[in-house]
Amino acid sequence: MTAVRVLVGTQKGGFVLAADGGRTDWTVDGPYFGGWEIYHMAASPADPDRLYASQSTGWFGQVVQRSDDGGRSWHPVGNDLRYRGDPGTHLWYDGTPHPWEFTRIWHLEPSLTDPDTLFAGTEDAGLFVSTDGAATWTELPGLRTHHSAGSWQPGAGGLCVHTVLVDPSNPEHLHVAISAAGVFRSDDGGQTWVAANRGLRSEGIPDPDAETGHCVHRIARHPARPDVLFMQKHWDVMRSEDRGESWQEISGDLPSDFGFPIAVHAHEPDTVYVVPITSDSQHYPPDGRLRVYRTRVGGEEWEPLTRGLPQHDCYVNVLRNAMAVDTLDPCGIYFGTTGGQVYASSDAGDTWNPIVRDLPRVLSVEVQALS
Amino acid sequence: MIRVVLPQHLSALAGTGREIELDIDGPATQRLVLDTLESAYPMLRGTVRDPATRRRRPFIRFFAGNQDLSHEPPDAPLPEAVAAGTEPFHVVGAMAGG
Repeated sequence: MTAVRVLVGTQKGGFVLAADGGRTDWTVDGPYFGGWEIYHMAASPADPDRLYASQSTGWFGQVVQRSDDGGRSWHPVGNDLRYRGDPGTHLWYDGTPHPWEFTRIWHLEPSLTDPDTLFAGTEDAGLFVSTDGAATWTELPGLRTHHSAGSWQPGAGGLCVHTVLVDPSNPEHLHVAISAAGVFRSDDGGQTWVAANRGLRSEGIPDPDAETGHCVHRIARHPARPDVLFMQKHWDVMRSEDRGESWQEISGDLPSDFGFPIAVHAHEPDTVYVVPITSDSQHYPPDGRLRVYRTRVGGEEWEPLTRGLPQHDCYVNVLRNAMAVDTLDPCGIYFGTTGGQVYASSDAGDTWNPIVRDLPRVLSVEVQALS
Repeated sequence: MIRVVLPQHLSALAGTGREIELDIDGPATQRLVLDTLESAYPMLRGTVRDPATRRRRPFIRFFAGNQDLSHEPPDAPLPEAVAAGTEPFHVVGAMAGG
């Protein structure tokens, strides 16, 4: 018997949505940590009962929660994330130097093989690792001390490491994405980093083809084809065939190439999903119609997926960490909106149903397929 | 014995009631009370003070009686009523935002 667990982080707490493999009848548990912002909840691929949650508020700072029983109970673990040495400065919105300050964990990326090991991507941009189940954290300072880091500027949401990808074929190979600095790649487990933004072009920055300074919203890959990466940038949907060494635009016939999340089908490496948003100042779907777009050929040619999604008067957004896929067959797709809806498709996007409609603003969605 | 009143979010995080009692080892100061609080409830580390600088977080305030002690030096003696346990030391989340 298979089952699915969807981990939903919202602006006012975390929720766990569960169903059997049919994915039609759902239970909704939560809110956990009510009143706190849950930027991310993540499950260990090595132990499905091991969950982690990033819990924060502007009042009380960062807390990290851990569950060892699949979310039935939680306990706070280590929240002391300190940059190593003098953290230095990056650029502030007005272009002046600004000290590096820890604000929150945006992204938790558990190891594929060890439930006690996980990465944390933070605001201000840093990468931390824990090898003791999040009891203690150590910064991998090579990212923050990249030669370009003094010129990084925050995006509207802050200067944040919002995506961490671990190559399943070689866990020393990491990618991170930073708003608004771009993609960085490490081949030595996070000790040293190179910028991986060649081919990105961003109007509105002094040099549109700069090595860094691009507002990358999300990157994704299929685990069986780790060299190929897909990206939703501030504007433009992009693809790399060479682990981010170079990028090509694949926006093709999308109604807008602005958006936040991007996800890859669990079984079809060239099937990719995005949610077009009207523009950088109009964070809602074009024409008030919530449409997921799917390509089955790796980009350029996109089809709208609308069945079950509101097709009039819909002005919600889907944030960068708020889309995920399960590994069942057919592949399930899930996304949450700023209006508090969580939609699920159990047929690879052909049809959609809301699991729940009235949660707080959804910040992140992850999914586990359980056997 | 020092009485400390926590904001709801922190008492929930610590798994306590809103008011807790602490036995401190020395003269009652903000620093010693908060050190003792964090020692007794390690999950509160970093939530009242920055873990690196040990400075009060910006949206936290400390009150006792009718006094705002937020800007008092951390090693200044707390009011006698707090030291005697007749008045609680309030940790307050500032009213801001939603």
